[in-house]
Amino acid sequence: MNTSGTAARRPSQLFRNLNAKVASIPMILTALMVFLGGTVWTIVYSFTNSKLLPRLKFVGLDQYERLWSAPRWWTSIENLVVYGVLSLIFSLVIGFVLAALLDQKIRFEGVFRTIFLYPFALSFVVTGLTWQWILNPDFGVQHLVRAIGWESFTFNPLYDQDIVIYGILIAGLWQGTGLVMCLMLAGLRGIDEDIWKAARVDGIPMWKTYLFIVIPMMRPVFITTLVIIASGIVRLYDLVVAQTSGGPGGASEVPAKYVYDYMFLAQNLGQGFAASTMMLLSVAIIVVPWAYLEFGGGKRG
Amino acid sequence: MADVQTLNTVAVGTDPVTDRISGPRGAKPRPKLSRRNIFIYGTLIVVAAYYLVPLYVMVVTSLKGMPEIRLGNIFAPPVDITFEPWVKAWATACTGLNCDGLSRGFWNSVQITVPSVIFSIAVASVNGYALSNWRFKGADTFFTILIVGAFIPYQVMIYPIVILLREIGLYGTLWGLVIVHSIFGMPILTLLFRNYFSSVPEELFKAARVDGAGFWRIYFVIMLPMALPIFVVAIIIQITGVWNDFLFGVIYTKPDTYPMTVQLNNIVNSVQGVKEYNVNMAATILTGLVPLFVYFVSGKLFVRGIAAGAVKG
Repeated sequence: MNTSGTAARRPSQLFRNLNAKVASIPMILTALMVFLGGTVWTIVYSFTNSKLLPRLKFVGLDQYERLWSAPRWWTSIENLVVYGVLSLIFSLVIGFVLAALLDQKIRFEGVFRTIFLYPFALSFVVTGLTWQWILNPDFGVQHLVRAIGWESFTFNPLYDQDIVIYGILIAGLWQGTGLVMCLMLAGLRGIDEDIWKAARVDGIPMWKTYLFIVIPMMRPVFITTLVIIASGIVRLYDLVVAQTSGGPGGASEVPAKYVYDYMFLAQNLGQGFAASTMMLLSVAIIVVPWAYLEFGGGKRG
Repeated sequence: MADVQTLNTVAVGTDPVTDRISGPRGAKPRPKLSRRNIFIYGTLIVVAAYYLVPLYVMVVTSLKGMPEIRLGNIFAPPVDITFEPWVKAWATACTGLNCDGLSRGFWNSVQITVPSVIFSIAVASVNGYALSNWRFKGADTFFTILIVGAFIPYQVMIYPIVILLREIGLYGTLWGLVIVHSIFGMPILTLLFRNYFSSVPEELFKAARVDGAGFWRIYFVIMLPMALPIFVVAIIIQITGVWNDFLFGVIYTKPDTYPMTVQLNNIVNSVQGVKEYNVNMAATILTGLVPLFVYFVSGKLFVRGIAAGAVKG
């Protein structure tokens, strides 16, 4: 009976599936026209000298040469590398430690989790403006410490070209660490209780159990988290715009801002396309090996 | 009985029998002032304070008058509580020539968020349904492109979308932005719905097919009512995502239709006039209220939405 039902479904699917195809038109259009088409379009036009309007006058690698000889682009890249590496390290370490602490069968776990995660619900604009205020040298942390009596105390990251990116990092970590904690906690909860029991029976200290047993077991969670954070880092834009507007003196520029400014303010589309293509390339360097490991070679959980 | 603390510190040589007895009962340490507990709770409380301070500072600042802000420090509680900054931020703060406060941005954001959430979820849920139950040739290819597209920096696609929207006459309008949000919400939402519908027992679907129900009927009568929790998760993801967006708002709308985040940034970072920090902070809180509300109300579902973002196909 059941088989006849299935058998009847197969041939009719050729016809009936028309509905599914019609329903999938938005997805097909998005995938082909925007994601695939848009990307290819931008890459192609990055080899042209489009200014105010895109036009197909190819100039080879000119835009890229100009891009890599622009000091502003180099500053952007340096900032992104500093911000990216530090925020990866700190958010993974802090996120994991917080998750491990919350996983100790403590009281008020829900309260702590709610507190650690709430900044993630806020936008980067709100985050940036809040920290702009807290780090304000005349009113914020610096002012407070000086008022207590430490007159020479200096901490004004947002007005110091050398450390401005760390000021942004503080805000970024505040906003994003809760997410990492959440993912790590889910990973920790997925670890079999028996592992802990076995480690306890063997008398292995807790920190060793974490370091040599639990963390290696959480490899997939770590990699997924890494990819999520990394692809977010490349997009870093709102936070900088809100917190420093790229200042002081362009010291906190980032690639995404470079792209926006050249496309929509400087009316130099070609530069914007070239810069965005470089961003795509950097993401590809991160994502392609991961996708290969995850989906290509050897199936992993 | 040996509790977790002693087991942690004591190395090999603990009485294995005691361990085995206490083990299955789940090592639940009674609340007591052990050194371990002080360390755990101490760390958590310090970190929690760090997370809460910005919120506290924002609220406190927004309730002070400007003279008090200039004299005191930002951590001090307000002496003279005033709600004027809130009123000003909402109703009269200026961005460029418009002096009707953040309320304009708020209503724009509402007009952007509501249709974006409905439209994107409607499209993505049908996509996910088609992908899990009505696979057609090539469907997986499109889906793969969609998922890969989630990792492509938006910057690569923003200009082609400007051209597309200009061609259909929606560039600079709220509906144009709705389309953009639906496009960029599609990968994660489609993934979410596809994974959910795939977990629905196949027999149910087959039974409905035998009874002669078609694509849309099965979707509306069987799948939709079953998937309500996942719809709630999707709504949470989309409301916070769309409301918090800045980049698309700044690119695809005009000053009259700027969403709240963009307008907030323009108010606070405007170079003209005296800086009114209390108004700025009131405006900042106002902009954060909607996602914060969603966060606190949704609780566990919000976390589930985040976890969904981490789940791979």
